[in-house]
Amino acid sequence: MKTEKRSKILIKLFFSTLCLSAFTFGGGYVIVTLLKKKFVDEYHWIEEDEMLDLVAIAQSAPGAIAVNGAIVVGYKLAGMLGAMVTIIATIIPPLVIISVISMFYAAFRDNFLVSKMLEGMQTGVGAVIASVVWQMGTDVVKSKKPVSILIMVSAFAATCFFGVNVVIVVLVCALLGVVRTLLTHRKEELK
Amino acid sequence: MILFQLFLSFLQIGAFSFGGGYAAVPLIQSQIVNRHGWLSMSEFTDLITISQMTPGPIAVNSATFVGIKIAGFAGAIVATLGCILPSCIIVTLIARLYLKYRNLALLQGVLGSLRPAVVAMIASAGISILVTAFWGPEAVIAFAATNWVMIAIFLLCLVLLLKVKLDPILVMVLAGVLNLAAAAAGL
Repeated sequence: MKTEKRSKILIKLFFSTLCLSAFTFGGGYVIVTLLKKKFVDEYHWIEEDEMLDLVAIAQSAPGAIAVNGAIVVGYKLAGMLGAMVTIIATIIPPLVIISVISMFYAAFRDNFLVSKMLEGMQTGVGAVIASVVWQMGTDVVKSKKPVSILIMVSAFAATCFFGVNVVIVVLVCALLGVVRTLLTHRKEELK
Repeated sequence: MILFQLFLSFLQIGAFSFGGGYAAVPLIQSQIVNRHGWLSMSEFTDLITISQMTPGPIAVNSATFVGIKIAGFAGAIVATLGCILPSCIIVTLIARLYLKYRNLALLQGVLGSLRPAVVAMIASAGISILVTAFWGPEAVIAFAATNWVMIAIFLLCLVLLLKVKLDPILVMVLAGVLNLAAAAAGL
């Protein structure tokens, strides 16, 4: 990597991230795996262990995982400039594709065939979300951690029945996480 | 003014959606549909549908879609910037700390407490999408107004996703085709 020129790395970084972003369907977890394949297995720019921690950062920070993943990789390889290059490469494809679609959307929506298709697909999306919730929810229940189950049930009641703003739910849970982590650390230190 | 509002809304979406994927959906709904009324519930569901079928994160796709609708291409750029700005700051900050200290315990502790809440919030957003699909945009839940075709399609999709493990994009297209066929058949 040191033998390659910095500008060459940035250009390679830009185009590989652009391609990943343009052709990756199926959300953040998929793109993170592909980032690993590209930069660890193919280019050997990042060590495997370090990549796992970078992925953990991308997944636990707020925001889209694909964007976060691009930022950590870019930052690790070429500092702030690298992060900027990978961010731009990541957002160009969705920006262009959705701009084009939204220009046609209004005209499309009024077409009988398209509107019936979209109506049905709304139910399809509802089913996709329901299946995601089912899988994630059973994982939480199977973990047999009473605190996690309690958080899940109360967060559901708060957002679905009492109309509590989701930002407040996120903040309360994050604070709870900080307190729990600090408490377990203290317990370990006392031992 | 409207550009600034777009920026602020998407800034919040970027800053408070933890866990990736559908985690942004409840936040986008609360900002875009409930708070500002920039999209109706069925437009919002269309947006999620489109996001699923195109590459790119749901939050960035929504920023572009809503931005263009509200304030043209400038709106799309402003909303997208708002949406990724928190990531830029927080992720580089954590990456810098990590490269120095190599310890992620606190971060993962926070995520551990957030994950169950994220599941619950996605469930709430999913319910409002289904209510719109089953009872129409006014969402008056009444037995007589139930769209039974939609409920049948929903149950079929759920079986295909959970039991047959069919690809989600395929399932969505199938749901669209089935509804079109039902409409053509006069159901």
